[in-house]
Amino acid sequence: MGLTNYLILGAVFFCIGIYGVLVRRNAVMILISIELMLNAANLNFVAFTKYVDPVKLTGHIFTIFVITIEAAEVVVGLAIILAGYRCLKSIKVEDINLMKW
Amino acid sequence: MDCLEKICSLLPNMTFWILALMGIVCAVLAVTVRNLVHAVLFLAGFLMSVAGLFITLEAEFLALVQVLIFVGAIVVLFMFLIMLTHQITDLSVPQGNQLKGVAVIVATVLFGLIFYLLKAMKWQEVVLPVKGDIANIGRLLLSPYVLAFELVSVALLVALIGAIVIARKKE
Repeated sequence: MGLTNYLILGAVFFCIGIYGVLVRRNAVMILISIELMLNAANLNFVAFTKYVDPVKLTGHIFTIFVITIEAAEVVVGLAIILAGYRCLKSIKVEDINLMKW
Repeated sequence: MDCLEKICSLLPNMTFWILALMGIVCAVLAVTVRNLVHAVLFLAGFLMSVAGLFITLEAEFLALVQVLIFVGAIVVLFMFLIMLTHQITDLSVPQGNQLKGVAVIVATVLFGLIFYLLKAMKWQEVVLPVKGDIANIGRLLLSPYVLAFELVSVALLVALIGAIVIARKKE
């Protein structure tokens, strides 16, 4: 399949992730939507390394780094949600309003 | 035999479309269902279909890394959090806020922009075999990209320590 098909598929996943980030009220659901967006970017990288630069494997290396940093981000995000749940007894993002005026 | 050959020649295209459809369905369901556990399971289905797409792109090592790390560790981490904060599978609470219409418009406009840009670009496509095996990736990680590799290791250590400190019980 052509390169453009994979890129358009990546764009579809990315836009579904953006919809999820904007709509969801639950912090864990927002993290799930961020996962969708990051995987769309990974798909783009791997598609480019197959069709444009198969010898140097740059996209594969970058994808490994993206996966690693994404795992770190999910861990820290879930720890923050857990700490917030202990204080506020809720994980809806509209309940995190202690610093609002 | 002739129809078998025809089916075998159509199989890469069919695999891409089947995996793409499965990925899109799992992604749309992951952002719209009310139950949080179902959303995490649909995320796992989406990650498996992305791993299948990596295999069609001749990136077998990355597909296995994706399954191991994402479905094997990150989805399990989400499940742990759901178990620890066990009031959040409350089904009577609506899960979308009042930005639904605006979000649909924003997502569609963004997709239209990216689609228009992708149709206008012409990349030089190269048809070479991708040697994405572990030996090549290991050699690349240790010779040209060794600085980024070490920095990512330090970033993982920092994330680990930070998560433990943040999620600790305060006595």
